[in-house]
Amino acid sequence: MTGAPLLETQRLRKEFGGLVAVDDVDFTVPGASIVSLIGPNGAGKTTFFNMLTGVYKPTAGRVIFADEDLTGKPPHAFTQRGIGRTFQNIRLFQNMTALENVLVGMHTRLHGNAIQAILRTPGNRRVEAEARDRARALLEFSGLRRKDEEIGRNLSYGDQRRLEVARALATEPKLLLLDEPTAGMNPQETGEFTAFVDRLRSERGLTVLLIEHDMRVVMGVSDRVTVLDYGEKIAEGEPKEIQKNQRVVEAYLGKAAIAQ
Amino acid sequence: MRRTIAAKVSAVWWAALSRLGLSRQRWRSLPRTTRRSVKAVIWVSIFLVLVDLFGVWKSSTIAIAAIILFLVIPPWQKLKVGGRSVGKWVVPVAAVALVAAYPYYVDSMPQVPVFGPAPMLSTMVAMMIFSIMALGLNFVVGYAGLLDLGYVAFYAMGAYMAGWFASDQFSHQHLDIGAVGLQPGWIGFHFSIWLVLLMAGIATAIVGILIGLPTLRLRGDYLAIVTLGFGEILPQIARNGDNFFGTGFNLTNGPEGITPIDGPGFGHTLHRILHLPVSYLGLTNYDAVFLWTSLLLVLITVWSSARLRDSRLGRAWIAIREDEIAAAAMGVPLMRTKTWAYATGAFFGGVAGAFYASYKSGAFPDDFFFQISVFILCMVILGGMGNIWGVIFGACFLTYLDREGLSNVGAWMNGHLGTHVNVPLYEFGIYGVILVVVMLFRPEGLIPSSRRAAEFHEGVRDEPLYDVAHGAEIYDTVEGAYDSAEGA
Repeated sequence: MTGAPLLETQRLRKEFGGLVAVDDVDFTVPGASIVSLIGPNGAGKTTFFNMLTGVYKPTAGRVIFADEDLTGKPPHAFTQRGIGRTFQNIRLFQNMTALENVLVGMHTRLHGNAIQAILRTPGNRRVEAEARDRARALLEFSGLRRKDEEIGRNLSYGDQRRLEVARALATEPKLLLLDEPTAGMNPQETGEFTAFVDRLRSERGLTVLLIEHDMRVVMGVSDRVTVLDYGEKIAEGEPKEIQKNQRVVEAYLGKAAIAQ
Repeated sequence: MRRTIAAKVSAVWWAALSRLGLSRQRWRSLPRTTRRSVKAVIWVSIFLVLVDLFGVWKSSTIAIAAIILFLVIPPWQKLKVGGRSVGKWVVPVAAVALVAAYPYYVDSMPQVPVFGPAPMLSTMVAMMIFSIMALGLNFVVGYAGLLDLGYVAFYAMGAYMAGWFASDQFSHQHLDIGAVGLQPGWIGFHFSIWLVLLMAGIATAIVGILIGLPTLRLRGDYLAIVTLGFGEILPQIARNGDNFFGTGFNLTNGPEGITPIDGPGFGHTLHRILHLPVSYLGLTNYDAVFLWTSLLLVLITVWSSARLRDSRLGRAWIAIREDEIAAAAMGVPLMRTKTWAYATGAFFGGVAGAFYASYKSGAFPDDFFFQISVFILCMVILGGMGNIWGVIFGACFLTYLDREGLSNVGAWMNGHLGTHVNVPLYEFGIYGVILVVVMLFRPEGLIPSSRRAAEFHEGVRDEPLYDVAHGAEIYDTVEGAYDSAEGA
C-alpha cells in the first residue's frame, strides 16, 4: 500500500428507478497504485465508473478526489481536476485524425480564446505548436508512431484502444480510469498492454483504476482488487486474498458450482 | 437503386470507350493532372458549344473558357515561391480577383443557355451577404452539429441594430458618431456604419448567448424546435414593437419597419488621405462599391471560420459533433463550447443583417420570415456542411436562383415550351426538390468537407442531431440503467 487516498467514495449510490445499480459503496484508491475493479456482468462496475467521472450524478453519497468533493460536478470538471478515462466501447472521435483526437484531450490544459485564435497571436501560435509536439510525443509513447494523420475510424482495433489511452493521457490525469482496456485483444496484445499500464505508473507516476475481466491482467498488475456484485462491494484486498475469497468465487461461479 | 443506375451508365460508357481503345484501366493509369486536364477541356468544350448554339455568344466566352482552363490545368498545388508552398492560394485568390473585377466585365458577359444573362451587381451583393450569413450558420450546424431553425432571428437583430443606431428612429435622441451623408434636421442616433456593424455583431452575439443558455441544454429535435420558436419570437417583436406594452414607446416602428437607414462611407478625412468615398449614397458606382465592401466582409468571415476551425475551440466543436459524451469526458465544457458556437454564428448573422439593412436602407419585419431560416440552412446543406467553399457556393447559388435564376429559367421555359408557368412562385417547392435530389445522390453536399463525406458514406455511430440513445444515458433514465447494467 502506498500513499494517502487519491480518490475516495463515501456510500456512493446509484438508483435507476427501482433498480439499485450501485449500493452504498465505500471505496478508496491510494496514490500511485494500480487498483482493479472486478465483478460479474451487470455488477454495476461501469455505472460506478460513470459516477467517478461525472457522467452520472450519484443518487446519494460523495466522490472525493484529491481532498476535493466533486459530487454533482459536470464531467469536464472531473477531467480538469485530473481524472482521465477510456470507454468500454471505444468512443474515439471517429472522423478526426489521431493527432486531433489527442489535441481534444488537451482541451483543459490549453489556453486561448476565440479572438486570439482568429488573429493567431504569437502566444496562440506558440501554444498550438507546443501542443502539437506534445501530442506527437504522446502518440509515440502510446505505440502509435507515424499514425498522427490517420483518421480514427481507419485505425486497427488495437490502435484505437491505444489512441483512447493516449487521448486520456493528454488530459494530464493524476488518476487514469480504464474500462475493460483489453477487451478484444489477443494474448500477446494483452501482455503488451499490461506492461504498458505498469510503465504508466513507474514512468509517469500515474494512479490507475482498471475495470477488467481478464484475470491474468488483474492478478498480474494490481496492487489491490475490489469486487462488486449486484452493486455491492463484496470483497476488497490484495490479489492473492481475493483469489481465495469464498464470496468472490461464489459470485463468479454460483453457489451450486462450489457445492459440487 | 441509384447505385445500379449509376453503375449501368458507367458500364455502358466504359464499354464504348474501350471500343475506341481507351479502357478504364488505361485511363486510371494516366497521371492525375492529365486526367483532370482532359476532363476540364471536355467540359469547357461542351460549355462553349452550348453557349454558341443556345445562348448569346460574346467574345468574352473565350476568355471565361481560358480562365477556367488556366486555373484547372496547371498543377498549382506544387507551385512554390521562395521555398514556401503557395499552391493552395492560387484558386481562392483568383476567385476573389474575379469577383472584385466583376463590375468591370459584367456587361460583356455572354448569355448562358437556360439561365440567361449573368447576375446583376445587386444580386452579387446579396450573394455576398447571404454567404456571410450561411458561414455564420455553418459554425452552429456544420462545426458544432447543432440544428438551428431560427437563424433569421439573428439576421433581424442585426438589421434592427442598424435601424436603431443609423436612422431617425429615436426622435428624442440627437447623437452623431462619425455618420456620413446626414440630412439637415436629422434626429435620433446616427453612428458610423462601420461602428454599427461591430455593435450589431456584438449585440446579436449577446442575444445568441441569451437564447443559447436555456436552449442548448436540449438535444437534437428538441433544440431544433426551441430555436424555431425563437426564430418566430424575434420577428414578431419587430412586427409589433411600435407600442411597447402600451407605453407608447416605439422600438421597431411596427409593420412599416425602419427606413431610411444611413449608408456606409468613410467621411472627409479618409477621403482626403486615401480617396475612399465620403458616402456610398449618391455614388455612380453604388452597387460596385457595395460589392467590394461585402466581398471584404466575406473574406473576414472566411478568415475567421478557417482559423477558428483549426483552433482549440474549433476542435472542441467538432468533437462535440462527433461524440458529445466522449468530448465531455475529455474535458470539453459542453454548455460553454456550444454557446460559443451559437454566439459566433450569431455575430456574423448580425453583421450581415446590419450591412444588408444599410444596403437596402431599411429594416422591414416582412423580410424576417421562417423561410429565411430554412433558406440559409438549405445553403449550408446544399453546399456541404462544415466546408467553407461549399457553404459559399450554396449561398451564392441559392441567392442567385432566388433573385434571378428562377425567373430566367421560367422565361426560357415559357418561351421555348409555350407554357405559362410563373416559376418563381414555386420557389420553395423547387428548393425542396433540389434538396431531396442532393440528399439522395450526394448527402454530404456538393462540396463537402472530407470529414463529413466520410460520415455520410459509412454511417455515423453517433448522429449528433438526433442523438436519443446517448441523451438517455446522460439524463439517467431507466433504459440507461439497463444498458449500463448489461455492459458492466
